[in-house]
Amino acid sequence: MDNREVAIKISNVKKQYRLGRIGGGTLQKDLQSWWAKKRGKEDPNVRIGQKERIKGTTFMALNGIDLTVYKGEALGIIGRNGAGKSTLLKLLSRVTAPSEGEIDIYGRITSMLEVGTGFNGEMTGRENIYLNGAILGMTKAEIDRKMEDIIDFSEVREFIDTPVKRYSSGMYVKLAFSVAAHLDSEIMIMDEVLAVGDMAFQKKCLDKMRDVATKDGRTVLYVSHNMNTIRQLCSRCIVLSEGKMIYNGDVEEAIRQYMDISVIDDYNIDYTSIPRLDWLNNTKIRTLNAEYVNKANTSFFTKEKAIVRIKWINEHDVNDVSLRIEFLDFTRKPIGTSIINDFYSGKEGQKGIVDVEIDLSMFITGKYTTNYVFFKTNHSGSSENYDCVHGLNFEIVDDSSFVWDEKSWGKLKMSTIKLLRVDSEE
Amino acid sequence: MSEPITSNEQYHIHISSEHKLLDLNLKEVWKYRDLILLFTKRNFAVRYKQTILGPAWLFLNPFITSVMHTIVFGRIAKIGTDGIPQILFHLTGSAFWSFFSSCLVGNASTFTANARVFGKVYFPRLTTPISNVLSNAIQFGIQMTMVLGFLIYFSINKMVVPNWLYFFLIPFLLIQLGLMGMGVGIIISSLTTKYRDLSVLVGFGMSLWMYGTPVVYPLSTISDGLLKQLVMLNPVTAPIELFRYIVLGRGAVMPEYLVYSRIFTIIVALLGIIIFNKVERTFMDTV
Repeated sequence: MDNREVAIKISNVKKQYRLGRIGGGTLQKDLQSWWAKKRGKEDPNVRIGQKERIKGTTFMALNGIDLTVYKGEALGIIGRNGAGKSTLLKLLSRVTAPSEGEIDIYGRITSMLEVGTGFNGEMTGRENIYLNGAILGMTKAEIDRKMEDIIDFSEVREFIDTPVKRYSSGMYVKLAFSVAAHLDSEIMIMDEVLAVGDMAFQKKCLDKMRDVATKDGRTVLYVSHNMNTIRQLCSRCIVLSEGKMIYNGDVEEAIRQYMDISVIDDYNIDYTSIPRLDWLNNTKIRTLNAEYVNKANTSFFTKEKAIVRIKWINEHDVNDVSLRIEFLDFTRKPIGTSIINDFYSGKEGQKGIVDVEIDLSMFITGKYTTNYVFFKTNHSGSSENYDCVHGLNFEIVDDSSFVWDEKSWGKLKMSTIKLLRVDSEE
Repeated sequence: MSEPITSNEQYHIHISSEHKLLDLNLKEVWKYRDLILLFTKRNFAVRYKQTILGPAWLFLNPFITSVMHTIVFGRIAKIGTDGIPQILFHLTGSAFWSFFSSCLVGNASTFTANARVFGKVYFPRLTTPISNVLSNAIQFGIQMTMVLGFLIYFSINKMVVPNWLYFFLIPFLLIQLGLMGMGVGIIISSLTTKYRDLSVLVGFGMSLWMYGTPVVYPLSTISDGLLKQLVMLNPVTAPIELFRYIVLGRGAVMPEYLVYSRIFTIIVALLGIIIFNKVERTFMDTV
């Protein structure tokens, strides 16, 4: 079909894991299975389960993958946690062998499944460059040639002859990445090692990897949850789900597919049969339904807006009703609340409908849930709740290469500060 | 990064669920020889870091052991040494034995001890046991300088007559014992990825093996009989006796048992490498 040079060819690869603990009891079963196999009988320890992926006590991490990667291609691999991405990379980097199928690799392969593998705390940075380089497959002569480049790139020159156990974690990772980035291999495998070091170094890593893929004509396999880096780096993308490849091709389409399978939440909730909490004994409004008008799933890019339609029925005459939308993270810890004051009045038995547009640009990547509360503010300033339901969930998918340091910066990306004046002071 | 990538065929790797039993992969190990040397260096560098006496421990360890042996086996149990000065006898014996036993014990935990590195990156796993043997050989060499010091002192005083001419044979003995220790060690490590029971037995088994080897006593102290036959069947017996014959001028040279010991070594080493190569493919899933 095409005459591009093949770099990796994967045919019908499966990888099976055994579920549960491996311990004393397994020897007997091992012998049983082995004996049954010898006599050509059915293995007594394999139970056929309901789900295709889980068979008895085993689990198919990869369930028949066929894939060809061509030379000079940058292939993105996306999928939810547990889809089999890491298993695929482990097979390719020969950390473990497949249970079935064949893989042909044309070229030297460098895997960066974890930076700093094999670093020894007692040894100096320089000694570790030699050791780590050799582990990754470089000869001593090659490392000697690259030594200066590696040290320069790592930005830790002053500490290069200090034992790495004295390094800060950032320095450690910088050094490790530098070694891996300077390998002469034809194929590079990377598993989200990007988020290392400070912001400037992150950018440097990304640029380096882009160079590797585009300028040097090497083959790159890249796994990430960050859709934007996938977009920037990759020319083709595959989507894995439950051990199978469900899409192979265009990057944008792959990202769309990934977003679709990542929907596990309803984008439309029917409240008619959902019981209310006990403390809510005074419901004057009954919420009937909530849905996203502009979505058939619950994943949103950072810049997208969510339009929510809420329907309800009045159980009493109500006036000046307010709506409160409470935002919570996935641990149900409140993050913030948005209120529409006194927007509705109606008679008993009437149905109401409201469309609201929610700006999601303040939310950082992650999953969130909401509460919808109809309430009325009294003259004294206290409020009386008319109805309270768990609202629609949503997931924010990263759309920028900017990495948010949630631990120190918090969960909200506030609107940009307005710049009033910038000048050089005399 | 500058070299053009010519033919990728030369780096073709085929991975399949099938595994040829006799695929020893030694060519690849040779490609990674720099790594073996670096591992060897690391083993040394790390061992005595942050100790006050540093490399002096290399001498102190066997010396203290030999003094203890001299007191316990020489003075208390009054085991003869064929007329060799006690301390010299025990120094040579324990240097030789500790080389063998550390080759074995050090490799018996290859997989479990290196699981973290092995789980993240591929390199021929055999490099680890080989570098282990190498660093033990160097350690043996260093200990031998101390033995040599005593040897010169005692031979000037005409208390021992070493066969200096045969000293060139020692490296061959080392290669053989290193291979044997590594073979047994990696068999154990391969078997312990799933079932850890064996690793518990290693310490116990090694001291049993030591007493079944003429380490703290010369072979000549055992009278002919079943016991002697058993000790002779121990593949370490003939080499250690030859070693003593070379270094101390006293010891049994038994060609047929040396041949037996070599055959044993070849079988164990081959078997070890075969099992090791088979296990390394998937041990990450069970370790």
